[in-house]
Amino acid sequence: MIHFDAVTMRYPETGDVLRNVSFHLRKGEIAFLTGHSGAGKSTLLKLITVMERSSRGRVILDGQDLGLAKEHQLPFIRRKMGVIYQDYKLLYDRTVFDNIALPLVIAGYGHLEVTRRVRAALDKVNLTGKEKKYPLALSGGEQQRVGIARAVVNKPPIIIADEPTGNLDPELSAEIMYLFSQFQQVGVTVLIASHDISLITQLNHRVLKLDHGQLVTS
Amino acid sequence: MKYSRKNQARKNVRESSLRQAKKQTKIAGGDFFDKLHAYRDVHAHALFSSLGRIVAEPFNSIMTISVLAIAISFVSGFHVLAVNIQQLTEHLDASNQISLFLRDDVSDAHANKLAESIRKNINVQNVKVISREDAAAEFQTYSGFGSAINELEKNPLPIVLQVLPKKSLEDKRGLEDLQKEFQQSPEVDVAQMDLQWIERLRSIIDMVKLFASILNILLVAAVLLIIGNTVRIELHNRRDEVIIEKLVGATNSFIRRPFLYAGFWIGFISGISAWFIVTVLMLIVRQAVEKLSSLYGGSFHMLFLSLTDTLALIAISSLLGVLASWTVVSYQMHSTKLKKQVRLQK
Repeated sequence: MIHFDAVTMRYPETGDVLRNVSFHLRKGEIAFLTGHSGAGKSTLLKLITVMERSSRGRVILDGQDLGLAKEHQLPFIRRKMGVIYQDYKLLYDRTVFDNIALPLVIAGYGHLEVTRRVRAALDKVNLTGKEKKYPLALSGGEQQRVGIARAVVNKPPIIIADEPTGNLDPELSAEIMYLFSQFQQVGVTVLIASHDISLITQLNHRVLKLDHGQLVTS
Repeated sequence: MKYSRKNQARKNVRESSLRQAKKQTKIAGGDFFDKLHAYRDVHAHALFSSLGRIVAEPFNSIMTISVLAIAISFVSGFHVLAVNIQQLTEHLDASNQISLFLRDDVSDAHANKLAESIRKNINVQNVKVISREDAAAEFQTYSGFGSAINELEKNPLPIVLQVLPKKSLEDKRGLEDLQKEFQQSPEVDVAQMDLQWIERLRSIIDMVKLFASILNILLVAAVLLIIGNTVRIELHNRRDEVIIEKLVGATNSFIRRPFLYAGFWIGFISGISAWFIVTVLMLIVRQAVEKLSSLYGGSFHMLFLSLTDTLALIAISSLLGVLASWTVVSYQMHSTKLKKQVRLQK
C-alpha cells in the first residue's frame, strides 16, 4: 500500500533529511514511525501526503508513483488517506460537525449521507452530542478526536497520524490506539508517527525507526 | 418433501437476490440525486457564506463597495451623457443649407431682388428670405431673451437668405465653391454653411466620446484591480482554511468557488449602488436641465438608464467581479503551491 523505494529528500537549506529510505507497508498493516525530533518523520509523512516530492527514489501509494502524479491528480490521491495532525488543523470558525463533514462535502456526498457518516464518526471517537460546538470550546483531547473523526469519516484505505496521542492522557491514548487497530482489522493501512516509547513497546506493532534520515529498524 | 424444501430454498435465494438488486438500484438512483443535491448545496453554501462574510465586515465592505460604486457610476454616467447628447443632436440632419447674412445697409427690396437672382443659379433649388422682423420674432420666441430685443432702439438682426442648393450638389467641394461665390457678392456679410457647424459639433462630440471611452477603460481597470486586491486580502486571511481544504483532498475549483462568489457579490452590490448613484444624481440635475430646455422650446426630455442598460450595468459589474477574483485566486494558487519541488541536479 505504501512503498518507499530508496527515497532521498534533500532541501537546499538543510541538506539530506531522508537518505535512501526503503520500506513497504502492506494493505491492512499497522506500523509506528519513530525517531528523535529532526530525524525526518515529518518529512516522510509529507512525502506520503504529497506536500513534498522526493528528490530521488520513488514513493508508491496504492500502486501509483507519487513522483509522477500530476497536479490535478493530487486531490484524489489525498482523498485515499485520512491524516491526523499534531496541531489538529481544524477550522475554528466552523462547528465540529462541519469540520468532520469537510472531506465528505469535498468528495461531493449528499446531505443525508454526510449526516449519517458524521454521526457514525462522532460516535466512534466518543464525541456524540458535541457536533454543534466550535473547536475552541473543546479541550485539546477533544479537538484531537475531532481531527481523528475527520480523518476516518471518508473511510479511507490509509490512515496517517502525526503524534496522535501527544495531547491525550494514557487512558485516552489507549482508546485511540484500540480504534486504530480496529481500522487495521478491516483492512486499513495505518502509519503512526510517535515518540511515545511506552505506548510503542506496550503494543506489539511493527516499528520503523529513523535516525538522522536513515531507516535503522523496519 | 426433500425436493420441495430444496425448491423453497432456491426460491428464497432468488427472492433475496431480487430484493437486493432492487435495493441496489434504489441506492444507485438515490445516489445520483443525492450527488446532484450535494452539488447544488455546495454552490448554495458558497453563495451565501461569501455574502455572509461581506456582511460580517460591514466597515471594510462598505468602503470597498463605495469606491467601486463611484467608479462604476462614472462609467454609466458617461453612457447616459452620451445617450442624451445623441438625443439632442440626432434631429440635426446633415443639411447642406447655406445661410447668407446680408449687410446692414441692404434694404428688403434689394434683398428680394438678390434672392431672385440667386434662384436663377443652376445649383440652387430654393431661396428663403428671412426679413429683419421675421428674425426678431423668431428670436423672441425661441431664445428666451425675448424682452431684451424690445429694449433696443433698432433691430440689430440682419436679413438672412437661406439658400438650399440642389440635391445634385452633394459633394463638399461643390458646396464650398458655391459658398465662396456667395461670399464674394457685395451685399453678403457672411456666407455660413450649416453643414460646417453640424460637422464641427459632431467632431467635438466624437472627441468627448473618445475621451470618455479612454476614461472608461481606465475605470474598468481600476474596478478589476480593486476587486482583485480585495479578494487577494480575503484569500490571505483564509490561508489556513485553504491549506486544510487542500490537505483533505479539495480540488482547485472547490477552493476557488467561494472566492468567485465573493467577487460576484462585490461586483453585483457595487453595480446596484452605482445605479442608485447615477439615478439620484440625474434626478437632482433633471429639474435644472428641463427648465433650461423649456426656455429653448422645451423638446428635450432627459433619458435615464433604461431597463436594458440597468441589467447590463449589473451584469457587467458582477462579471468583472468574477473575472477579477478568478484571475487573482488562480494566480495565487499557482504561485503558492503547497509543494516545493526540490529535485537534485543529475
